[in-house]
Amino acid sequence: MEKPVPRPNADSAPFWEGCAAHEFRFQRCNSCGKPQFYSRAVCAHCQATDLSWEVAAGEGTVHSVTTVHRGPSVAFKEDSPYQVALVDMDEGFRFMANVRGGEAEIGTPVRVIYEKRGDQTIPQVEIRG
Amino acid sequence: MKKAVVTGSYSTKVGELEGATCMSLHTEAGLGALADAGLAVSEVDGLLCAYSFTEPHLMLASVFAEYVGMKPAYASAVSMGGVTACMLVMQAAALVEAGYCRHVLVVTGDNRLSGMRGNAVQALAEVGNQQYEQPYGMTIPAAYALVAQRYMSEFGVTSEQLAAIAVTMREHAVLNPKAHMKTPFTVDDVMNSRFIATPLHLLDCCLISDGGAAVVVSAADAAADLKKPRIDILGTGQGHTHEYIVAAPSLTDYGCKRSAADALGRAGLKPSDIDVVEIYDSFTITLLAELESMGFFERGEAGAAAAAGDLKIGGKLPCNTHGGLLSYGHSGAAGGMFHVVEAVEQLRGEADGRQVEGAELALVHGDGGILSAHCSVVLGRA
Repeated sequence: MEKPVPRPNADSAPFWEGCAAHEFRFQRCNSCGKPQFYSRAVCAHCQATDLSWEVAAGEGTVHSVTTVHRGPSVAFKEDSPYQVALVDMDEGFRFMANVRGGEAEIGTPVRVIYEKRGDQTIPQVEIRG
Repeated sequence: MKKAVVTGSYSTKVGELEGATCMSLHTEAGLGALADAGLAVSEVDGLLCAYSFTEPHLMLASVFAEYVGMKPAYASAVSMGGVTACMLVMQAAALVEAGYCRHVLVVTGDNRLSGMRGNAVQALAEVGNQQYEQPYGMTIPAAYALVAQRYMSEFGVTSEQLAAIAVTMREHAVLNPKAHMKTPFTVDDVMNSRFIATPLHLLDCCLISDGGAAVVVSAADAAADLKKPRIDILGTGQGHTHEYIVAAPSLTDYGCKRSAADALGRAGLKPSDIDVVEIYDSFTITLLAELESMGFFERGEAGAAAAAGDLKIGGKLPCNTHGGLLSYGHSGAAGGMFHVVEAVEQLRGEADGRQVEGAELALVHGDGGILSAHCSVVLGRA
């Protein structure tokens, strides 16, 4: 069994198209000004539907991280152990990624990198010095 | 007199149950609870079910009603993960209080151990967000591990303190002949068990079991001549903050704060009034975070309290007196219902060998998702 490949929909297609171009896109509400991740048809802060896409600089900090020893499927078991992190991006939103290039802990500074996954490109993070 | 009361309760054996099916477990649990209440199937006018992994269906309540030969006036199935059992009790109470039903059967069960051939972990991982979590190999234990790491970082909780929670649950299970796992273990045993997702070891994680459980919720005026002590539903509440852990507003504060405040407030009670708590313990960190978020302990104190024995039967706040999901068993939605059934048994004084002396007030709590959806139920012996 292969690792899951994200299946974009109308809400998320611009994000995944951005990843393919190595561009981390996120939404900002034109009404309340807050950023949000993941992309959707409405601002989850104020319920406005007028949202703009912006591009993140690609740097953030690890909010929490775990080293997974038992993956969900054979595809991940071959990678075990691997790190799953929640990353707070400098623009003020959070996303999940695997950590590449070393072992992260809470507070570790990271930058976004991109990996091919099936017919998609997914964002990951690596530790920055 | 409160308007909604628990009149019957029953749980099947738990563990690896040869020959059990989802529907046979529902049937044994449902008919068992009705017998406990002294009610016939024909007297039940409300039926509430949860969900199943082994016999998944869009309309599980209709499937069960047909299977057992029940024609209720009201039927519904709710699929909200581990919080479902408490939510069903809340919904049943609302139905009888609103006058739509007299006796509501609330029934759960699944043969999640024998019926899934070891695939339960993978199936559960698929509740993660398909685009933003599943590609990273996030499992349910990994999501709770992210909570644990943050909790340890912010409040100084230690792995030994989490292990003490697991040890307490096992000590309670040892007292309970029905429990799935009854071999005693120590804090060192937990610490030396293999990592599933750091900092959670194997023994920080709940079981996967076959089993079923049910309760009957009745209108108080329909429950006058009971065989058993009447158990009042004194207050209920819910709290919801997110579904996916990637979108949780906080990794240390959850909807259980609101659900417990609402349930206790509606009951006119405060946390210190409660004699025994049965709180969802899918992982050791789940229980710790909920105990603190709900106000039973100050921030950063539940771990030390567990290590000091405060959660034991005879301790300051006896918790999960049946052994919890960690050691009694976890059968999907029935896992949460085991907590409800245990609270009823404690309040009736039926918890042989593990009875909390003088227990008159209990709080039961369920959590679905990754501490996403919460429901608290306050029960009291009349």
